[in-house]
Amino acid sequence: MASHYEAPIRNPLIVGDKTYHDVTVDVARPVEGKANRLWWIVFSVALSAFLWGLGCIVYTVSTGIGVWGLNKTVGWAWDITNFVWWVGIGHAGTLISAVLLLFRQKWRMAINRSAEAMTIFSVVQAGIFPIIHMGRPWLAYWTMPIPNQFGSLWVNFNSPLLWDVFAISTYLSVSLVFWWTGLLPDFAMLRDRAVKPFQKKIYSLVSFGWSGRAKDWQRFEEVSLVLAGLATPLVLSVHTIVSFDFATSVIPGWHTTIFPPYFVAGAIFSGFSMVNTLLIIMRKVSHLEDYITLQHIELMNLVVMITGSIVGCAYITELFVSWYSGVEYEQYTFLNRATGPYWWAYWMMMSCNVFSPQFMWIKKLRRSILFSFCISIVVNIGMWFERFVIIVTSVHRDYLPSSWTMFSPTFVDIGVYAGTIGFFFVLFLLYARTFPVIAQAEVKSILKSSGEKYKKLREANPNNSH
Amino acid sequence: MYSFSGKIKLVAILSMVVGLLGIGYSFIAAPSTVEALGVPAGGDAAHAEHVLQLLKNKPWAALYVAALFFMLISLGVLAFYAINRAAQAGWAPILFRVMEGITGYLPVGALIFFVLLVLSGLHLNHLFIWMDPQVVAHDTVIQGKTAYLNVPFFLIRTAIYLLGWIGYRQITRRLSKAQDQASDNRPFVKAFKWSAGFLVFFLVTESMMSWDWIMGLDPHWFSTLFGWYVFSSFITASIAALILVTITLKGQGYLEHVNDSHLHDLAKYLFGFSIFWAYLWFSQYMLYWYSNIPEEVTYFITRLNDFEPVVLGMLAINFLLPLLILVDSDIKRKPWVIGIMSVVILAGHYLDFYNMIMPATVGDQWSIGIGEIGSVVFFFGLFTYVTFLTLTKVPLIEKRHPLMGESEHFHY
Repeated sequence: MASHYEAPIRNPLIVGDKTYHDVTVDVARPVEGKANRLWWIVFSVALSAFLWGLGCIVYTVSTGIGVWGLNKTVGWAWDITNFVWWVGIGHAGTLISAVLLLFRQKWRMAINRSAEAMTIFSVVQAGIFPIIHMGRPWLAYWTMPIPNQFGSLWVNFNSPLLWDVFAISTYLSVSLVFWWTGLLPDFAMLRDRAVKPFQKKIYSLVSFGWSGRAKDWQRFEEVSLVLAGLATPLVLSVHTIVSFDFATSVIPGWHTTIFPPYFVAGAIFSGFSMVNTLLIIMRKVSHLEDYITLQHIELMNLVVMITGSIVGCAYITELFVSWYSGVEYEQYTFLNRATGPYWWAYWMMMSCNVFSPQFMWIKKLRRSILFSFCISIVVNIGMWFERFVIIVTSVHRDYLPSSWTMFSPTFVDIGVYAGTIGFFFVLFLLYARTFPVIAQAEVKSILKSSGEKYKKLREANPNNSH
Repeated sequence: MYSFSGKIKLVAILSMVVGLLGIGYSFIAAPSTVEALGVPAGGDAAHAEHVLQLLKNKPWAALYVAALFFMLISLGVLAFYAINRAAQAGWAPILFRVMEGITGYLPVGALIFFVLLVLSGLHLNHLFIWMDPQVVAHDTVIQGKTAYLNVPFFLIRTAIYLLGWIGYRQITRRLSKAQDQASDNRPFVKAFKWSAGFLVFFLVTESMMSWDWIMGLDPHWFSTLFGWYVFSSFITASIAALILVTITLKGQGYLEHVNDSHLHDLAKYLFGFSIFWAYLWFSQYMLYWYSNIPEEVTYFITRLNDFEPVVLGMLAINFLLPLLILVDSDIKRKPWVIGIMSVVILAGHYLDFYNMIMPATVGDQWSIGIGEIGSVVFFFGLFTYVTFLTLTKVPLIEKRHPLMGESEHFHY
């Protein structure tokens, strides 16, 4: 698969004088060591937020949806905004592990494990909302086409909300399998290094007896490729189906055909930003700067810039077509977004999503870690507002002026959202201490082609480079 | 250096001559008066007038589809070229000169297409109903759009898109030649920057050109996805054309270092873009079908009622066929299989453009006859001639491209 020749103009992806053993040691260190105080502090904060959110959820379910800020006109607001936001964030993981694999991007190898973990954990957060925003969540199993005693009462397969059930559950299961398959050699490495019996037992269990024979590796590669080939259409279709929740409707501002690819582009945009946020911190605290290099951050910034531009192009397209359509409802929707009572949300979204990624055209800025970190957070704020703007501003003023109204969240809306952020970080922090956060087996496969030391050796002796 | 083979030259010139004859015949044979239709006197006069208008459009529309289609193939290759330059692809540089050969058609095709649009603007045909002042006078919907849909602005926009694309093509061509002579990588870096800039320009102009040249034919209809849908269609056709030219050159003994891995990659793009096209086609269709809002759904009703075989045919060709055949890894390395698939997919995407343009211009009077085939054959000949002529101008392999080593040793 890998060619034996690499152009000298390519930058090294692993810096420092690394050997295979160094990679093992560096990756295993956070798992084998003990958590420091900082980790415990952050973990406690995340756990408290999670527990608070859990309380808000219990309160909602036991009291009723009325404790949220929804009203008769605005039936979806923070719940679905957060749902779409979390699903969107989850997409970068699959993008990095599947799409970048199909495009043979070697730089994905240092970041794919954490990106996939992020996928799994954020899809879990997303999955909470479809259940808890139900009026009667205890009947949620009715969305499944299960034979039953109501004369086999079935679901209607015409609803995008049902497609969501299939999409999200398939997405979560495939991502989980894809992730776990990739983890086998790395868990085996931890198993083989473990000195304490308990750790040895655990990593033996989760590594499924991986022994790294030639035949295993050959099948492993084949499976990864097939799963990447399947995960790519899956990732596109999942967010497409999420976008269908709105686009199939007849609401001005929702009913538009660009939503499927535009939601996907937005998902990559926000997902890559989240990966950037997490990895910039992780490389520092886990001492992985040699693997997650400035080059990686720059490339992720470029993806953010490209998808940000695509999203910008879609915004302009929507604006143009709403004017061009001559439909007064469509025209009003966009006028209302820009100048109505939620103008601040619209301009927040515009400035965060359209303008901020354009800074990445400047090399100095996209290679600045601090700047990348700030922009990555700005983008995620902007993408939250994008979903909020699409959902709320389209429904709070639509066909009948007599049903125009406003929406404001209650503390429960906010608490649930904060809870999912807490839950996400609880999972991610636990992951960072127990899982090999870099796919060491994959990184080792590019050590000799893209490691700084070997690149220098080749440069010094070009005749042996082939 | 590539030398223009006599056989290809002969085929190209013959196609142009035969095509021109077909086009000429279709214009002569088109009826010019209601009487020539052979409608019995006393029939519905308004209906007869409408049919006449459609039939008069027919040779024009046939020419328009073919001229647009071949120009967009060239444009798609240009976009693919820019993407590969901007992404610093390691496998592609060996094919850059081939791509430059195909994009050599862009200036020629763009000129012909621009002339066609000017002729429409001069009311020599009735392809764009919004260009007809009488129609606009009675149509409040179009009246609301005249700020955008008016002939001077339309032609200025068109000129900007075309000049921008051709400009990028000429600049990178020059830089690519300069890199051959250079002692450092400066021209390569410059070409990289131009490519990134062009892609931004392309992102915007591609959407706009699809609104102008295709969506504008149905001025009552609109779809936000349309621009990207059009892109997915012609980029697939472009990859097919690139495969065909590559296979032809390889078959003639040129392109020594192009191996089955390069073909495999091209075939994967053909497969991937075919699926992507189907995804966008379905998204657009399903969303309008689902909501069934009258002003939007007429677009598909017309097409499914009057153009059923075209719609179903192109879905089978552009989606099912690649899905079933190109999924196999070994097959993607067989030149004859991907060659045949490329020809079939090109035909399928011609049908796609046909289906985008004809319902608005000739309506239920459509048929694939001498005019349509003649136009395709003519532009095929011209496209082939210009492409292979451009290939003779410079060596087929860039000399000092910093990624050429990777591309020559590429194996998958």
